[in-house]
Amino acid sequence: MTAPLASAPALAARHPALDIRNVNKTFLVQGRPIEALAGITLTVEAGAFVSVVGASGCGKSTLLRLILGLDRDYSGEIRLDDRLVDGPGADRAIVFQEHRLLPWLTVEANVGAALLHSGLDKPARRRAVAEHLELVGLEAFAKAYPAQLSGGMAQRVAIARALANRPRFLLLDEPLGALDALTRLRLQEELKRIVASEGATAILVTHDVDEAVYLGHRIVVLHPRPGRIAAVLNVPEVARRDRSSPQFVALRDQVLELLGVVHAPAERGVGAGAETTA
Amino acid sequence: MSIDALSGTARSTARDAAPAAPSRLATALRGTGHALGRSLDWRPWASFGALLLLWFAAHHFGWVERKYLPSPLDVVHRLVVEVTQGTILFDLKETLRRNLAGLVIGVAAGLALGGLLGLSGRLGKIVGPTVLAQRQTALFAWVPLLSMWFGGADPGKIAFIAVAAFQPMVVNTWRGISLVPATYRELSDVLLFSRWTYFRLVAVPSALPMIFTGLHGALIYAWLATVGSELFLNIAPGLGGRLNEGSQLFEIDLLFLAIALFGLVGLAYNTLAERAEALLVRWHAR
Repeated sequence: MTAPLASAPALAARHPALDIRNVNKTFLVQGRPIEALAGITLTVEAGAFVSVVGASGCGKSTLLRLILGLDRDYSGEIRLDDRLVDGPGADRAIVFQEHRLLPWLTVEANVGAALLHSGLDKPARRRAVAEHLELVGLEAFAKAYPAQLSGGMAQRVAIARALANRPRFLLLDEPLGALDALTRLRLQEELKRIVASEGATAILVTHDVDEAVYLGHRIVVLHPRPGRIAAVLNVPEVARRDRSSPQFVALRDQVLELLGVVHAPAERGVGAGAETTA
Repeated sequence: MSIDALSGTARSTARDAAPAAPSRLATALRGTGHALGRSLDWRPWASFGALLLLWFAAHHFGWVERKYLPSPLDVVHRLVVEVTQGTILFDLKETLRRNLAGLVIGVAAGLALGGLLGLSGRLGKIVGPTVLAQRQTALFAWVPLLSMWFGGADPGKIAFIAVAAFQPMVVNTWRGISLVPATYRELSDVLLFSRWTYFRLVAVPSALPMIFTGLHGALIYAWLATVGSELFLNIAPGLGGRLNEGSQLFEIDLLFLAIALFGLVGLAYNTLAERAEALLVRWHAR
């Protein structure tokens, strides 16, 4: 558990950056309570990249909404840098599965919208927008409208928007889930580079097990109904570097097994696309 | 139409291919294609021409008694006489002035109240039903009341036109702003938008298509109300007054001329609204 922290210098305070304690969340569906999350306890150190995997309906996105502060109707505690979450804040940003760019604003205005209430003056905002568009390789498209972009480009703008305010926490809600396979691979690469360069603490929710292994320092496996943590696994550095390494394949198979996907013995081929069953 | 469909395909292909420049070009092409298609399209003119022919024939062969149906040439002649020696241009100006005054008041009030209702869910629940009930009142039922309150002169007429413009404006603005997708509202929360930023960057642009629907309705209703106010309230300079004059003095050519002018202005308003909408809501054709 200490290995992935190598990139993040040990903070003076020993508090984890994100501290989730015994969180339970219940929805009322047609008058009947449905348990969405049960007894979630998880700590994430500053600078870590944590992947959360699970079948649909396991409460992955709900967990992100709670961390964002969009929904405060739950029991348990969520602390960010030792402060209880009491609403959305500038220290957190999210990339949704759909890019959610405002179609009537240009690319740069969309990214700039994240900085409107940052306290920065106009030149500083403009600089931050330019920097982050460069970071995602879209500086040439600053004046374009979202409708003129491909899905992958739009999602890169959404990533730039999320990072523009230099959040301590980057929440990723299946950000690549709606993209085609090739674009997804390319963006996984970019996401990894960008998050590392920004030094943000990232929490990625995904149902793509390969993605979880390739991007995360740690993998949190959730079981559904109610959503609860089945296992927390460390990802060896080798696995994060090389998708065909035995470590990668072994870890992926272990996660798939935890998710209850039928698992053939070891002689199974390498590199087969992984999909969980719903 | 076919040009339209063609450029539509070009546009979507360009979008899939992603680079911005071709897509912009396609948008521009679409614009010109549209204008071109409109000027070349003979179909609307065909029915218009047929009607004109029928009119000529009806007059020429005496299908309708001539005192009830002037020749189209009589109407043109009357127009020339009116323009050179008469008051029709002044009447037109007076009618447009009344119409625009009422329209501006009604649209502004509708935008303001609709915006408030849309932003504040509580206010929408309290005031909304009254606004909807008000809308159910047939427009012309307001005429006697407004003429009592404001008199039958200009204030009464303008008040009536304003009420007519207000109705579609308030309902559509309200609906447009309260129907902002929940995903955008969530985004605004995450980006820590203030109420004003939300209104400016999210609510209004998102409601713009509906606001334009309201504006379109307001133009039409206000124009109807303008005719009505000039017919039913005090006689004053204006096209409606000329309609009355034509019918009372049995000047059938004047009657036809005034009707044609009402139609032309209405058509111009409609076209204007459509063009403005197409320009301002370009991004909406995603």
